[in-house]
Amino acid sequence: MTDRFMLSRRQLLKTSAAGAALGLASASFPISRAFAAAATVGFIYVGPKDDYGYNQAHAEGAAALKGIEGISIVEEENVPETVDVQKTMESMINLDGASLIFPTSFGYFDPHMLAMCAKFPDVQFRHCGGMWNKDKHPMNAGSYFGYIGMGQYLNGVVAGHTSKTKKLGFVAAKPIPQVLLNINSFLLGARSVDPTITCQVIFTGEWSLAVKEAEATNALVDQGIDVVTCHVDSPKVVVETAAGRGAFVCGYHANQSPLAPEKYLTGAEWNWAKVYKMFVDDLVAGKPLPNFTRGGLADGFVKMSPLGPAVSEAARKQFDATLAEMTKGGFSVIKGPLKSNMGAVVATEGQAFAETAIELESMDYLVEGVVGSTA
Amino acid sequence: MDATGIGLWGVPLAILGGAIRVSTPFIFVSLGEAITERSGRINLGLEGTLVFGAMAAYAVAVMTGSPWLGLIAAAFAGLCFGLFHGWICKFRGVNDIAIGIAQMLFGSGLAFFFGKPFIQPSAPDLPAIPLGAWSNIPQVQAALDVNVLFLIGATLAVFLWWAFRNTRAGLILRVVGDSSDAARAMGLNPDTVRLIATGIGGALAGIGGAYLSLYYPGSWTEGISSGQGLMAVALVIFARWNPLGCFAAALLFGGAGALGPALQSVGVTQGYYLFYAAPYILTLIIMIATSSPSRSLAGAPGELSITK
Repeated sequence: MTDRFMLSRRQLLKTSAAGAALGLASASFPISRAFAAAATVGFIYVGPKDDYGYNQAHAEGAAALKGIEGISIVEEENVPETVDVQKTMESMINLDGASLIFPTSFGYFDPHMLAMCAKFPDVQFRHCGGMWNKDKHPMNAGSYFGYIGMGQYLNGVVAGHTSKTKKLGFVAAKPIPQVLLNINSFLLGARSVDPTITCQVIFTGEWSLAVKEAEATNALVDQGIDVVTCHVDSPKVVVETAAGRGAFVCGYHANQSPLAPEKYLTGAEWNWAKVYKMFVDDLVAGKPLPNFTRGGLADGFVKMSPLGPAVSEAARKQFDATLAEMTKGGFSVIKGPLKSNMGAVVATEGQAFAETAIELESMDYLVEGVVGSTA
Repeated sequence: MDATGIGLWGVPLAILGGAIRVSTPFIFVSLGEAITERSGRINLGLEGTLVFGAMAAYAVAVMTGSPWLGLIAAAFAGLCFGLFHGWICKFRGVNDIAIGIAQMLFGSGLAFFFGKPFIQPSAPDLPAIPLGAWSNIPQVQAALDVNVLFLIGATLAVFLWWAFRNTRAGLILRVVGDSSDAARAMGLNPDTVRLIATGIGGALAGIGGAYLSLYYPGSWTEGISSGQGLMAVALVIFARWNPLGCFAAALLFGGAGALGPALQSVGVTQGYYLFYAAPYILTLIIMIATSSPSRSLAGAPGELSITK
């Protein structure tokens, strides 16, 4: 009697194959299809487009292209950093005719985007981050990034003025160079106010883990930390949890002030619209696209959230002065004498790394004053 | 150590606070699944129900301004998912595990689809009871801010444990779960009992979802569950289908999950990936310690398709 309720092996295989095919078809179906456009540009996001964070910043940049004559946009969200992203890129190229693709997440680059670069030499790929290297990688690939560490330095300046306990907190995803630079910049900004300030960092290990981010924020506040910032894909949970515990927050990626209007100090935001317009203007004009694109506050790649109501007059003054100095260009956050928190010298007396210094893109240390480790 | 930080005391406090904060969704989903599995069916779709419940609760709370209406909406949505599973599984040749997996994907997908407009707005939270008010240390107060759903979950665990043994409904559920033939001989309709059991299980999972989006972490994002629904289903087997065991296992999981961030916050920064694996390592150790070839799967309902 029981065997009537059981699936035979063959049936099970058939059903699961059909299910898998259905799943793939729906997963790789792009949000909008392109027809009869001069050029199609593809955007791939690792999370939802409206996450108050990383993906929202990119999607806002992509949305800014929609009015441009002859350009159409294809987007796909929630694409994992696995072979899935290769399938997404293939379908954008084969089905939508995309000639320029922006895989926006860090883990898309190697090996996924590189594999597609080799397979489709006529398509241009530009990756957000610092991974592209002229000697190692193909010329139809490239990378673009902003010097958002400067923004975290400014966050640190305001945090340094606001903190009463002189202890800051940082909820970070993974110890990669961009994240480490942000942590170091945040602390150094605060230390420009008071050199006794420390910053406790907690790595969650993933770009988006709501419960762990909330736990990390609670653990930081339990240690008497009164200003928190983060580098995770969606800062929403960190901002709301920290504000709920009475701590101040500095934002990241996008403007989170509506989530905690009283506790939000300022934030480092991306301005990708500027960058994507630049690429697309070159594409329309038929010019070769740059492989290595970088810019900071001065170039409009990065901007700051308006200062919140809790920011003191002294903080506002130093913020404005530092911002003015940065917009002149060539500002150095990492300058000697400076040691890592393991005691190694990272910059000797008189040595300074400007925001444009390529050495910063392979950062593997946390500076003195940061409590945490990279492994 | 200064007055504002609590230093190493932060670790046990974080484990306690984490056990209370993080465990509630595990409690509700695993209790719901315990009821369903006791009736002889497995509903793997509770992960999807959890995510959909989180979305439904948040959406209704945003639109009406009342978290309690959100909670009711989540429970109702969960009930519908559960009843669907219970109904479709009564047909011949339908595999409950396969339907569960389908519902897991369907529930999450549907939640993502309807949840798009609700990622941005903020919803009111479910209230918490300040059980830590006796202490003048703010960290202790924060750790002991206990949500009403946690207390309801704890009460429910004890009630179910009692009801499975001592009530007529509990007996019917266990008979159906252990032998369909015996149940039919008693004049019971196993399909109806399982329909109700799966429906209640779904409703509880929906409530677990409401806790996620309306209390902790307290916002709707697509990654809010990160597999907690699936873990909770596994906890039921780990807890040997005993509601009190489910409650204990959920607390253990919540507390162990808080260990990683807490250790980093006091300066133990090496090897945090290992600490993040703590809940799973603990599970393995307990599984090995409590297993024995002579009484394997003791307490497993006889009609469950994994034991048949």
